[in-house]
Amino acid sequence: MKFYIKFLTLFTLILSVHAQQTPAPSQQQAIAITGATAHLGTGEVIENSLIIFNNGLLEYVGQLDSTRINSDMEVIDAQNQHVYPGFIIPNSTLGLIEIDAVRASDDDAEIGTWNPHIRSLIAYNTESKVVETMRPNGVLLAQITPRGGRISGKSSVVQLDAWNWEDATIKTDEGIHMNWPSNFSYGRWWLGESPGLKVNDKYNDQVSEVETYFSNAKAHLATKSKGTHLPYEAMTGLFDGTTKLYIHVDDEKGIVDAVTAAQNHNISDIVLVGAYEAYKVASFLKTNKIPVLLRRVHSRPNKSDEDYDLPFKLAKMLVDAGVVVALEASGDMERMNSRNLPFYAGTTVAFGLTKAQALKLITLNPAKILGIDDQYGSLESGKSATLFISSGDALDMRTNQLTRAFIDGRDISLESHQTKLWKRYSNKYKTQE
Amino acid sequence: MKIKFLLLGLLFSFASLAQDYYPKNDGVKTKERNFTAITNAVIYVSPKKVIKKGTLLIQNGLVVESGKNVKIPENCVVLDAKGHTIYPSFIDLYSTFGVAKPKRASGSGRSPQYGPNREGFYWNDHIRAEQNAIHHFKFDEKQAKTLLQHGFGVVNTHLADGIVRGTGTLVALDVNGNDSKRILANQSVQYLSFSKSVQSRQSYPTSIMGGMALLRQLYHDADWYSKGNVNTTDRTIEAFNANRNKPQIIAAGSRANALRADKVGDMFNIQYTILGGGDEYERVQDVKNTNATFIIPINFPKPYDVENSFLASRLELESMREWNQRPANPKILAENGVQFALTMHELKSPKAFKTNLLNAIAHGLDKTTALAALTTVPAQVLNNSKIGNLNPGSHANFMIASGDFFDSKSSVLEHWIRGSRHIFEDITLQDIRGEYHFDLEGVSYTLDVTGSKTSPKATLKSNQTTYSSNLSYKNDWVHLLFTGQDTTQQEFLRFNAKILSNSTELNGTVSFEDGRSQALTMSKLDAKKTKEKTNQEDPKNKTIIPITFPNVAYGHTALPKAETLLFRNATVWTNEADGILKNTDVLIKNGKISAIGQNLNVRGAKIVDATGKHLTCGVIDEHSHIAAASINEAGQNSSAEVSIEDVVEADDVNIYRNLSGGVTTIQILHGSANPIGGRSAIIKLKWGESSEDLIYKNTPKFIKFALGENVKQSNWESYSRFPQTRMGVEQMYVDYFSRAKAYDDAKKSGEPYRTDIEMEVLAEVLNKERFISCHSYVQSEINMLMKVAEQFDFNINTFTHILEGYKLADKMKTHGAGASTFSDWWAYKYEVNDAIPHNAAILSDMGVVTAINSDDAEMSRRLNQEAAKAVKYGGASEEEAWKMVTLNPAKLLHIDDKVGSIKIGKDADVVLWNTNPLSIYAKAEKTIIEGVTYFDLETDKKHRISIQDERNSLIQMMLKAKNKGMKTQPVKVNKKLDMHCDTLDHHEHEH
Repeated sequence: MKFYIKFLTLFTLILSVHAQQTPAPSQQQAIAITGATAHLGTGEVIENSLIIFNNGLLEYVGQLDSTRINSDMEVIDAQNQHVYPGFIIPNSTLGLIEIDAVRASDDDAEIGTWNPHIRSLIAYNTESKVVETMRPNGVLLAQITPRGGRISGKSSVVQLDAWNWEDATIKTDEGIHMNWPSNFSYGRWWLGESPGLKVNDKYNDQVSEVETYFSNAKAHLATKSKGTHLPYEAMTGLFDGTTKLYIHVDDEKGIVDAVTAAQNHNISDIVLVGAYEAYKVASFLKTNKIPVLLRRVHSRPNKSDEDYDLPFKLAKMLVDAGVVVALEASGDMERMNSRNLPFYAGTTVAFGLTKAQALKLITLNPAKILGIDDQYGSLESGKSATLFISSGDALDMRTNQLTRAFIDGRDISLESHQTKLWKRYSNKYKTQE
Repeated sequence: MKIKFLLLGLLFSFASLAQDYYPKNDGVKTKERNFTAITNAVIYVSPKKVIKKGTLLIQNGLVVESGKNVKIPENCVVLDAKGHTIYPSFIDLYSTFGVAKPKRASGSGRSPQYGPNREGFYWNDHIRAEQNAIHHFKFDEKQAKTLLQHGFGVVNTHLADGIVRGTGTLVALDVNGNDSKRILANQSVQYLSFSKSVQSRQSYPTSIMGGMALLRQLYHDADWYSKGNVNTTDRTIEAFNANRNKPQIIAAGSRANALRADKVGDMFNIQYTILGGGDEYERVQDVKNTNATFIIPINFPKPYDVENSFLASRLELESMREWNQRPANPKILAENGVQFALTMHELKSPKAFKTNLLNAIAHGLDKTTALAALTTVPAQVLNNSKIGNLNPGSHANFMIASGDFFDSKSSVLEHWIRGSRHIFEDITLQDIRGEYHFDLEGVSYTLDVTGSKTSPKATLKSNQTTYSSNLSYKNDWVHLLFTGQDTTQQEFLRFNAKILSNSTELNGTVSFEDGRSQALTMSKLDAKKTKEKTNQEDPKNKTIIPITFPNVAYGHTALPKAETLLFRNATVWTNEADGILKNTDVLIKNGKISAIGQNLNVRGAKIVDATGKHLTCGVIDEHSHIAAASINEAGQNSSAEVSIEDVVEADDVNIYRNLSGGVTTIQILHGSANPIGGRSAIIKLKWGESSEDLIYKNTPKFIKFALGENVKQSNWESYSRFPQTRMGVEQMYVDYFSRAKAYDDAKKSGEPYRTDIEMEVLAEVLNKERFISCHSYVQSEINMLMKVAEQFDFNINTFTHILEGYKLADKMKTHGAGASTFSDWWAYKYEVNDAIPHNAAILSDMGVVTAINSDDAEMSRRLNQEAAKAVKYGGASEEEAWKMVTLNPAKLLHIDDKVGSIKIGKDADVVLWNTNPLSIYAKAEKTIIEGVTYFDLETDKKHRISIQDERNSLIQMMLKAKNKGMKTQPVKVNKKLDMHCDTLDHHEHEH
């Protein structure tokens, strides 16, 4: 058995190395994209636009103005095409797991309950074959997030075309992720319990454990003569406002409890993740300025008597109530499905939002929530040239067809292990004909 | 409640214990010839034959006569039961009385056991026809007393373990006697169930459909054995055959399983008596159609504790409805002419039996039916005319109740079993309740005795003063303790009085605080009747939430009907040579597409303005696992004998959700736990109809095969089942098909043969009557299976998943196999490493009939979008992409003569979309099957409102119930697990 595991790991590794696209070099020449419909991510759309970027930064985003184009530039005629800021997938395990069923390739969850010191960034595999399939759909940035435990660890924001995790880094250890206790627990069917949900009678105890942990961390950090305590020290940023607290919680009561608890510990930067029932407490969230990374749009309602389209319209309900919302994709098959992020946004349009509002959910809003909106998330002069050109509406799979994509101005490959196989076998049959 | 059991065996002589042929060494031999007459009682000879003020005459444990004018013989002991009511003892058909639960077989770990533990018995340990309850029976005196006190005098008990459980024993609960009198019938009935034995860890069957298949095969094997074709000894089958002429009781445990049991029985001309689940009311017509007698538990759910609105919001509407509707189950069964017996089964305490029974009566169950369900119906099932009634010659099994049994205040005073008397309360007990008056030391007192007859309470007053007092009434003596005039002193007076029959006074002695005593008479002021509130509620006061079809959220109150519909001015995706037609009308009539054209005019048609909208045929999902109670029979490497058609679940809300995504037809495939899986069910999503009515008419026959990691059990700790490699998989197929060929040849030769369901199914494949849909990923194994099929001269119809299909599209084309794939799934296991989203487009380009499927309850409602991915990846045309979720799966399923395109004469399975159906912005507005609108956005809106209203009113009802002091249960959600390829009946979660 051991032999097989080793063998499989080795084999996988060889394949991955073989397949990975080479990261693009830094921008050498100014680029002007002309004539496209520019979707800025801010809510604004410019028809017949001009976008100029150089040295990785956007220099001009506006109406087509040919006087601004000079001969040193590479000019991309993008008439009838669309330009978007690179899409951002938050709360992602991309690069942490390669193949779900191959345990040797899984690096997403450490054991233990309190892991604020665990850092996802160093395990992020830039050579992942799954990661490279994001880019052809416009997903160019990701928040790499650990799982497991009560406190899972720290996330970092990366761009998806890099040689190694240091190259990839956009923002290091920007947030700590906590799984809030659930008001319900599943029956342990293997012990003969009914497999359904029942009230978690340990909820209050579990909440007070969290409270105690935070109090202890604070107390530890207040002493000068402290000995080393890696987990507590990893929490410093939570209390001085430099690290965000991402609370993974779904139910109405849990949301209120969690936000209140965090505020009682003077944690100012709170983000909810999942937040299925956030719509029930939307005004509370608005008042407290709590943004939401909303659970996967393409999912089914939790309850059989809920509206069939509830997961499709949650974003609309929250946006209407004034909550800052971004979309996440965690759950079953989350990594391979992350390339469908644009279509999650598209679905929110079918169920109420405007296209511009929907676009924000995967561009400017996640950038704001992750704290990278000074550089990313929208097409604005001065920001990073992280964007792509699609021949059609990128939120619709019918028309999402990328022709070019750039990260920090670098002209990245849209090829992948998958496109290579596609071409190879298409050719096989063509030569047979 | 503590059981009061008085004077046990007072009339011991009634019971002559020993048989004539028993020697007697402790005295002289005697014979009891006296009669006993119980007089002046209301006697229920049978539920419909009632004698008011009658006499019951018994002798030697049998009823001699019952009637108004019974002549009492001279040698007769007479017992006056004035004011009391006599009922035949209740009978519980489904009992485990005195039979201990067997020990669970030891061993753990995930490695399954494939073979049996036993030798000389049937190959499957869960078939235990040779078990006899009597060998495990030990009379449980304590339990017997409890049962007697709650009205049950006869139980049919059994060893509740196994799919075939062997024989039960009919026991009269005579605490005074011994087993020679108690056992009324040994080996009375044969019990069956759908639950496995705990005495063996043999893994087969792992599913309910496997249980059904096992039973069917057993009947075939038993038949073959009985004809002398087997030269070894199988004690299980011998016992099974011997038990065939007895009544057969099957523990189904739910409405759905009851119908499944009946389906198995029908195949072999067996009418089971079926233990139900209390949910029969939800589709009572189907239940009635079984013609079975049911045994119905009455363990009604408690109201949920909904005070905490956060927790309450998690409750499912269907669970809340259950609380409200279940007590009406017996009434609804009775109204619809379903014959049933009642059982205590599943009740935690016997006390709950009467409470729940009264609740059922309060919900409209008629008392006569209730009594029959406890007496004559079970007697009839047992073919025993001597129990359940008090006709001459019947066993003298009866209870004496203090009044109407179906009154909450009444209690069982005595219970006689075969003439042997068991006393719980003194039948002659005087009712001392009333208001008494007495003077003591110059003060006038009033004593008010209230409460129950057996333990009354007292209030003692004079003028305005109330004295603390305590009254006890036991064995004909009243003891009253009360404080003296000076209530500040803790000094007590005591009063003792013997109660004589028919006395209206309390005559006794009072002892003062200082030790003096004197005679005292308390006289009853008037014979005022104690107000006994009859706790009989008017059924009209019970608000029962209307039952819907299915009886869950979004169910129909009445099944929708087919309409004549004219869609005006739509963009019509025909999937035919006409392509996409703009500004076109489509007429639907009699469930069919009746006309396609411009400016159609039809009188009486309902016009649907489809301007700007798109009309398509319904989406067809080749690979689904929704709407099924089981998906995998994983107990063996082949399970061709099982069929998903046995386990279709029409109540799954995912049917409704699929409709909301325009899906009209699905193939529910068996999972991928074994190389040869089970047979499919192709169903139309006619939300509201019964399971059997969902199944496609004249359905083509399919079976699931599977290759790769799942059948090798690569991703879980299981190393004992062949095959463990792809190499083994090939040989397994060759082995099975070789055997199937031999079987089929033998069968065709006209020689007698043992019916083997598995071989029958595989022979259908060989004879091209059944098609294979094979779960597959990598090219080597796909190629292999095609070669095996060619070796046996048949074709693989469909490769499902087929993620590496693009690598051998040419070979598939040559073989004639179709493909049904995911749009873009990959990377979830090693064998899907080379899966690419361009797969569908490449296959389609090569001329392979290609479909895109879901294998997922979420994705299935967005298959229109998944089709669009074939446009995005690989550049299929929109029309071709659309066919991948409609016409192509129809072709793969051999149903394209009826569905899969908009063509005159085809089934009117259509969907109206707000825009191009391939667009992410598309929404299904109406989903229609055979002219019936099963999903409609407008209707959906109304459902949402009514669901909210219903939730609110149910929550109010539960709050009221809690406020009234009813016990509640904490909020919980009985989760139905989602089924995927790898789902066993309760776990695993992969594709």
